[in-house]
Amino acid sequence: MRRVVITGMGIYSCLGKNLDEVLESLRVGRSGIGIDPKRTEYGYRSPLTGILERPVLKGILDRRARVCLPEQGEYAYMATAEALRNAGIDLDYLENNEVGILYGNDSSAKAVIEAHTTAMEYKDTQMMGSGAIFQSMNSTVTMNLSTIFKLRGINLTVSAACASGSHAIGLGMMYIRNGLQDVIICGGAQETNYLSMGSFDGIAAFSTRVDEPTKASRPFDRDHDGLVPSGGAATVILEDYDHAVKRGAPIIAELVGYGFSSNGVNISQPSDQGSINAMMRALNDAGMEPKDIDYINAHATSTIQGDQLEAKALDQLFGEYRTPISSTKSMTGHECWMAGASEAVYSTLMMLNDFIAPNINFENPDEFSRNLNIISQPTPKSLRAILSNSFGFGGTNSALIIKKL
Amino acid sequence: MEREEIIKTVNNFLVEEIEIEENLLKEEALLKEDLGIDSLDFVDIVVIVEKKFGFKIKPEEMKDVKTLGQFYDYIASKVN
Repeated sequence: MRRVVITGMGIYSCLGKNLDEVLESLRVGRSGIGIDPKRTEYGYRSPLTGILERPVLKGILDRRARVCLPEQGEYAYMATAEALRNAGIDLDYLENNEVGILYGNDSSAKAVIEAHTTAMEYKDTQMMGSGAIFQSMNSTVTMNLSTIFKLRGINLTVSAACASGSHAIGLGMMYIRNGLQDVIICGGAQETNYLSMGSFDGIAAFSTRVDEPTKASRPFDRDHDGLVPSGGAATVILEDYDHAVKRGAPIIAELVGYGFSSNGVNISQPSDQGSINAMMRALNDAGMEPKDIDYINAHATSTIQGDQLEAKALDQLFGEYRTPISSTKSMTGHECWMAGASEAVYSTLMMLNDFIAPNINFENPDEFSRNLNIISQPTPKSLRAILSNSFGFGGTNSALIIKKL
Repeated sequence: MEREEIIKTVNNFLVEEIEIEENLLKEEALLKEDLGIDSLDFVDIVVIVEKKFGFKIKPEEMKDVKTLGQFYDYIASKVN
């Protein structure tokens, strides 16, 4: 079986617009959460969100590319351009070699809502303009990036709620392992505009700790009261090990395990057994045991039920080893469709730089998290293998294991 | 509306919104071949023309409109 390595990474999140900025935020435990006043006006329960600046792409991408790109596509372009650069892959390489893309995305609400609003105003679909259809589809990120980067390999969007980005990376690993592709751009993207999150806010899933935005996301803490939505995009370049060596590519880490499961129970509620199944499958896939994992990037979103059930699962598998755990969502908020990819990048950055980014705002454990070794301060530590969890609505679970080479 | 005013408005949106280089905007320039306006760009031009000139371009009326000069004349015929 072929080995799969990461040869490039890129990120655009509320912690920073590139790897360097994000690394700095992770090192100091900086929150990227703030208030979006438009949300209050629109009727949200909570105006809390990750705060991102839209990249300026005029002068970088031509008009046709820009007209077809929705917000999350812009973030995905930025993250992917950085990842390709770091992997030593330029447009000339892309035009002469087969490279694929598997990217997580599960909505493009703003484009859909704006097109509808235009139709209502003019009673004429043509007034939606030429970009609306390409911005509206769930596969908008892969259809845009594959065109911009001239990709000719696998070209497919992975939609699996808040596990989309993680599954995209896991599936990419399988394509490469099986010899179907040598290089795949994998990642996840998430829109952050106010039109995209209203219905999620509507089911009372979001924290309402409005007076202290940077303290609102507090996974595993006794006083957690809901998640904070966020977004951006994260990209990893997955590559066959031998191919990477032959190409002289920088080898960052090895992707050794992918586990998945479906809870088969409730549309919104997670399951401790379902997450155990995904983690166990990832460990088996990697030929590893729980004691071999040096750090866990928990899915924990800061919702009461989700945090508690994951804590229960983590305790069952890793409790006796006191494995260090943090949820970077304490700083980023919940990056939803992007989260599995961004958290793989955050964890790999920690592994490369020998530290654990903190689970900020973890002040008091509850009865479930008290058994876990939750790291609440930036902590120097050499990490050989990390596990990153992602769970989504509909009971879809994904776990990735990344190892130092 | 004076033809000069139409030219100014059209050239302005072709440069600013469709991002065509200003030095290409000559009366004899072919919309497709010289200015690179494709069918998707034309959808956006239909939207802009409706907003700026208050009428909707009908594809059948555009059959013989090949050059930028003919496009100015077509708009003039609709607004005047």
